[in-house]
Formats: sequence, structure tokens, C-alpha cells
Amino acid sequence: MNLEEYKGVFVFAQQVDNQNSGIALELLGEAKRLAAPLNTEVTAVLIGSDVKGLCDELAAYGADRVILVDDPELKEYRTEPYTHALASVINEFKPDIVLVGATAIGRDLGPKVSARVATGLTADCTLLEIGDFPIVAKPGVEQKHNQLLMTRPAFGGNTIATIACPNTRPQMATVRPGVMQKIEPIADAKAEIIEFNPGFTPDSKYVEILEVVKAVNDTVDIMNAKILVSGGRGVGSPENFKILEELAAAIGGEVSCSRAVVDAGWKPKDLQVGQTGKTVRPQVYFAIGISGAIQHVAGMEESDLIIAINKDESAPIFDVADYGIVGDLNKVVPKLTELVKANKKAL
Amino acid sequence: MKIVVCVKQVPDTKGGVQFNPDGTLNRAAMLTIMNPDDKAGLEAALRLKDEYGAEVTVLTMGLPKAADVLREAMAMGADNGILVTDRVLGGADTWATSQTIAGALRNIDYDLIITGRQAIDGDTAQVGPQISEHLGIPVISYAQAIKLDGDSVVVERQYDDRYHVVKAKMPCLITALAELNEPRYMTPGGIFAAVDAEITTWGRADLKDVEDSNLGLKGSPTKIARASDKVRKGAGQKVTLDAEEAAQYITDKLLEKHII
Repeated sequence: MNLEEYKGVFVFAQQVDNQNSGIALELLGEAKRLAAPLNTEVTAVLIGSDVKGLCDELAAYGADRVILVDDPELKEYRTEPYTHALASVINEFKPDIVLVGATAIGRDLGPKVSARVATGLTADCTLLEIGDFPIVAKPGVEQKHNQLLMTRPAFGGNTIATIACPNTRPQMATVRPGVMQKIEPIADAKAEIIEFNPGFTPDSKYVEILEVVKAVNDTVDIMNAKILVSGGRGVGSPENFKILEELAAAIGGEVSCSRAVVDAGWKPKDLQVGQTGKTVRPQVYFAIGISGAIQHVAGMEESDLIIAINKDESAPIFDVADYGIVGDLNKVVPKLTELVKANKKAL
Repeated sequence: MKIVVCVKQVPDTKGGVQFNPDGTLNRAAMLTIMNPDDKAGLEAALRLKDEYGAEVTVLTMGLPKAADVLREAMAMGADNGILVTDRVLGGADTWATSQTIAGALRNIDYDLIITGRQAIDGDTAQVGPQISEHLGIPVISYAQAIKLDGDSVVVERQYDDRYHVVKAKMPCLITALAELNEPRYMTPGGIFAAVDAEITTWGRADLKDVEDSNLGLKGSPTKIARASDKVRKGAGQKVTLDAEEAAQYITDKLLEKHII
């Protein structure tokens, strides 16, 4: 493998139902940042059926060019045809870096593609940088420059590791949604569009989709909320979430929850914050009746302001909270709602 | 029907993480468990066995003490246990791990391979799909329900806002979510039998069609550049106040920061 041949930062531009996913735009922002020191281009790889209309939005968010793989076999996400599409693009265009969202699609597609093109893959990254490997030069070891350094949490968020992929290309990472920043969209941006179809021949690996069942989704996307009022097991019952909903309504926020609440069946999984839920970084995060297991903290600790209310003064949530109230949430939260309402009126 | 379930012995990150004085993880002091997603995969296999009849083999890669999770699986109802262990396999990333397990699986007849979606120590979710790639069989990740239909499996495949009902011809590989089921307990008879059950142990020489260059630390394309314990932001102010004062305290902070 001649590593020098591999150039450019590629992003798998995930789309679902012919709409660009938020993660695709986030990754383009990050790719643009990484491409600058490498003095290279950002390429979006758009895979689907009848998706050409999405190219302009990808350009607006930072794609210099779009490689479009458009085929009826690619209508719904299926592992094999999508793997074939992305692996074929990699073999043909030889990117230096490939970024994939760490979504339920990307964490299936990423490992399949990396295995097919025989390179490394780092999962669920939260920080990407261009740097040297080894980071500190060692006698007798070649120090490679302009490497992708991929940082990720492990052990349920207890440790962080920075990984490199020095000897094979492309360098591949899946990236956690909600962590990387989109750029401000550039009005009227146009990308060069390259249509590429490697040919799709169904075989036994093309599984058959019998049915697509969409969740009835009247819930908001908590990843976009500016203020989150998040409840844990300490809230006590599904009915009692009402006091959190009232606070959220008063302050202009949304309600989210911990894993314990989802496991108890009180709230749907798409409201779950944490390692196995969503990563959020709102301006204000209220942790109410949440003990603060490390898996939960991993999903919210980047919030600008964290306010915790818990009756257990030794709850680990207080270790990450900016302001911690030791007290009974059933009394504090309704009072707080009243005061928030009163102060809003006064403005 | 023959089912192979791949399981991993992992430190129990829930049960309190232990640190050495120098700040590194003290793995020796941490309890180990069968990885939860893998256990759900095993339970799914045992339910297929109960309903349709099947021979269930559990396979793990790890240190010799990883045999413990195989015995636990056998006490739950698995028929055979295979431990893949060899010093040269150590330090493997997901590429080298999946190559190793695929090399072991090439020795076995299977209709269905089930792995957990991800392990709670590495959280990568990569090994299952990568095994399927090396073996050239279909994969269905993120399974939340599994049924048989003749020589095919019908699986509910979870996505962020939906699920697909997917049908694949066997042999194929499925990665299981912990939400799939509530794993059964070991039975007293099962525990008794598992203590003496024979566990097959394989080393490097038993792996089929795998190059040395794809194994262990040396065969891992990803390399650790730096590892550290997470630096958390320090705790802020913690106050114990009555409800009225507490609400006022928070309100003052929100006003101060122009949030309300």
C-alpha cells in the first residue's frame, strides 16, 4: 500500500428518507477543519436512491465535491449494498481519511467497510486532530507526520484513548453525533458532483427488508434543545415527570431522562441521555433525581451549565454540577417553576 | 441447527471502577462479568434451542480465566465451550480480534452466529460486523427480536427512529442488543455440570486461514498513541437549602447568566 496515493478527507454523508442526517453536516464541519492543515479537499460521499437533490446542502455545509452513488438498490439502508458502495468509492478515489457517523447505520457500515478495504477503524470518536505518531518522538522509531489522531472514551467513559492508524489507509473513524460543530451554511455554495456507480448485483448478503416500522415520533430531538430538564429514577414515577415538564415549559426547554427511566418504561429511548443514549451539550442541563452514573455523565458533561437537584448529598452528579442542590426535588422543582415564571413576566 | 454465540469477559464498569495509586485502571481489582449484550445474544440462542432445537456453542477469546464465562454460559444451557487463548493474540484491536475469531469459526459448522452488539469495556460494536465480513456471510446488527423462518432468520433491526423487519438466509451473523430479552439464571444442575464440563482450548495453530500479519498487537492497524484517565471538570458549588431558598438560589444563577 503506497500511503502517499491517499488524499483528501471524505465524509459518509448519511441520509435517511432522502434527507441529510444532522451527523452528515456535523462531519462536514469537522472535515473542513481537518482538511485545512492538510491543505486538501473535503468530499462528501452521498449514497442512496434519488438523492441528487441533497448535494447543494452538503456543499453549503462544507463539501468541495460530492461523490454520488445513486441506485434503486440503495433506497433503504442495507448493510451489503451500502458497504459495496462506500468500499468501492474508497478503492477508486483513495481517500486519506474517512469519517462516518457513530449512528445505528454508521456503526454497522464503518466496521464492514474497514474490514473490506483492510484498514483500521476507531469507534465513536469525540475528538479528531492532525498530529504526529508517535506523539513524542522516540529514538529508532519513525515519527510520522500529518496523522489522524482519534480520541475516544472507553471503559464506559472512565478512560480516554487516542488512537492512530499509521500504516494503512484510509484512516477511518466513526464519530459520535452531537459532538462536532457544523459550519454556518454558505449561501449558494456549489460542489463538484461526481456520479459513480460500482454496479449492484444482489446475492444472499443483500438481506430482504420485509417491513419498515417508523417510531411514532412526536418527541423533539433533545440534541437540539438549548435547555434540558432531565429526570432520573429519583423522580419516582412517570406521572411525577409532570413537574419537570412544567419547569421545561416555563423556561423554554425540553424534557430528557436517564437510562433508568427508559429501562423502567417511563419515557421513550429517544429522550435518553448518556453513553447508550444521546450526547447533549445544551446551554443549561438540569439533572433532577439523577445519581450521575458515569455512563450518564459521559452524555451530558459538555453542557455549558449543569444544575443538579438530588436528595442524596453523595450522589456523583454533584461532582460535575456547577450548582448542586441537596434537597427534595418534589418541593424544589415546583417552587423553581413558579419563580422562573414570575421572573419571566417581570422582564 | 447449530448456533455459535461469541461472548466476552469484561470488567464490570457499573460495579465501581477501581484505580491504582498512579491513576490507571486497576483491572485486577474489578469484578468481571459476561458482557451484557453477549448475554442477551446467548439467551436468544437458548430460546431458539428451546423452541426449535439447536446445538449451542459458546466461543470466547481472552486470557485463560475467560473460561469462567464459558462455564457460566454452559450453566445457563449452552452445550459446548471453546476458549481461544494464546499469548500471540494479545493486544489485538477489532481488526485482529475479528480475524482471530473468524479463524476459529472456520473450524466449526454453524447456521447462525450471534455476537453482542458491543462490549462495555471497548464500546466499539465493530467485531461482530467484521467477523461477518471475514467469513463472507450476511450480517444483521442491532437485533431487538429474532425468529426463524425455514432456512432463514427474521430479525427486527433497530435504528435511531425506526426498525426494519429483515429476512436473511442462513448462515448469517446477528449482533444482539441487551434489550433483546431478560437472560435466564444459571440452574443449580447446570452449574454442577458446568464445573466439570470439558472446554475446548485453541491457540494460534488452531486458527484456520489467517495470516500472522493479521493477529495480535502487531497485526492491529490501529495503535494507541496515548491513554489516560478522563480528566473531569471539578465540582462546582453544592448547597443544602430548604425548597424556597433553593429555588431562589437557582433562579438567581439563571438571572445572573441571562438565561431567564
